Amino acid sequence: MAYRWKNVLKDSDVTDHSVFLNRRQLMAGAAGLGLAAAIGGPRAALAQEALELNSFEDITSYNNFYEFGTGKDDPVKNAGKLTTTPWTVTIDGLVDKPGEYDFADIMSKMTIEERIYRFRCVEAWSMVVPWNGFELKDLLDLAGVQSAAKYVAFETLYRPEEMVGQKFSTLQWPYVEGLRLDEAMHPLTMMATGIYGKDIPNQNGAPMRLVVPWKYGFKSIKSVVKITLTDKEPPTSWNIANSREYGFFSNVNPEVDHKRWSQATERKIGGGLFAKRIPTLMLNGYEEDVASLYEGMDMSVNF
Amino acid sequence: MLTDTINKTARRIPAWLLYVLLALPAGWFLYLGLTGGLGAEPIKSLEHELGEFALKLLIVGLCITPLRKHLGVNLLKFRRAIGVMTFVYVFLHLLVWLVLDVQIVSQIWADIVKRPYITVGMVGFVLMIPLAFTSNNYSVRKLGVRWRKLHKLTYGIAFLGALHFVMVAKGIQLEPLMYMAVVLVLLALRIPKNSLKFTERFTRESVDK
Repeated sequence: MAYRWKNVLKDSDVTDHSVFLNRRQLMAGAAGLGLAAAIGGPRAALAQEALELNSFEDITSYNNFYEFGTGKDDPVKNAGKLTTTPWTVTIDGLVDKPGEYDFADIMSKMTIEERIYRFRCVEAWSMVVPWNGFELKDLLDLAGVQSAAKYVAFETLYRPEEMVGQKFSTLQWPYVEGLRLDEAMHPLTMMATGIYGKDIPNQNGAPMRLVVPWKYGFKSIKSVVKITLTDKEPPTSWNIANSREYGFFSNVNPEVDHKRWSQATERKIGGGLFAKRIPTLMLNGYEEDVASLYEGMDMSVNF
Repeated sequence: MLTDTINKTARRIPAWLLYVLLALPAGWFLYLGLTGGLGAEPIKSLEHELGEFALKLLIVGLCITPLRKHLGVNLLKFRRAIGVMTFVYVFLHLLVWLVLDVQIVSQIWADIVKRPYITVGMVGFVLMIPLAFTSNNYSVRKLGVRWRKLHKLTYGIAFLGALHFVMVAKGIQLEPLMYMAVVLVLLALRIPKNSLKFTERFTRESVDK
């Protein structure tokens, strides 16, 4: 079922492109904007500014995808080699219908919608991205999640002959990530298959990647080939690499610093050499939507 | 043969030319940053380019003595220009971090104290200040033997510079480790021959007995 997540602004047929874009920007950060408006003043202006979409060029040329190298421009240079057809996703573990799901088959069953989300990297930069895709819940429902399942584990493709970064152990390959089941089933959590209405480019995680907008970007695992439902917290790549710096949850939180830098502010990509830092919003501006998932939890312990 | 050619050529090149040549990359990086040539996030990019160039210059500076000692290539007259320009690049790197990157004064101080990789970088920079200010003939004359001692700080600075790069990397990255390896090799070449000979003699004697 698509269009489950609704914002304060309702869908309507808007034909004027500029009005359309403007409305989309408002939808992008309804939660953040509400917060900013409540505080008022320059903060509201900053939040407003932060909602402008990043260009397709920025989104597809400034990437962290260590499978293709550690430089920000390595993915766009090296990801061309990756073949994404055919593509199958193994869904297994605590599901009724485990097996290999063909990407084309999945796409024929899903309704693709556009979601404009803030994207906050753990390195304290951010973007606003118009994703196309479907809710992860819809995919998991295809396989039938069993009641014993508590977590979802994800795995990226491992193919060093096409992914040059995998020839060096920057991280343990394949890249793995995980979510708690309630996080995975949340209507904000999506599998993205496109950007700006185009097929998602390889450097952004083709043909299908996770997008969890209230968590740091590295949680949003790219080029997914395996999804496993489990009853135990799954290992995650950055946590394996450095558990002091990267927790399982990795929710965007301006009050919990990374061990090597502050998370209180961020710089939105695209502002040039004199871009100002802007305040980072709690849960990346999606506090109203997801704060209830973490009620009673100490976020500085479960970071 | 080749050594002679290099030495002859070097004698003809005035040292001031090196200052001019080494200033060019800074201008080029700034131009790229202003015109979109450094990608979607030019601030980090500029910061990184300046820092990495400084580290390269540090390494070049450390090569001068071993080149003369082991290969007879004499580039000593360029060492001051290289050292001073290293300081200039580290200073520009710091300036970009302060003014364009962090921007917030309270956060700058918090970062210097709280974040080990920044502390390491900052200590390296502070140690360079007395070297930069004594890179002139007057200081060399005035300080005499003490000048040579003071400028041995370069070894520590090079290590701190490479360590700063290793520490800032996420995950295990090849590039900073390679810089560190090169610096360590160049520092190892400084270990006095005597101490090595001593070990050698000691070993030989033990074997003889």
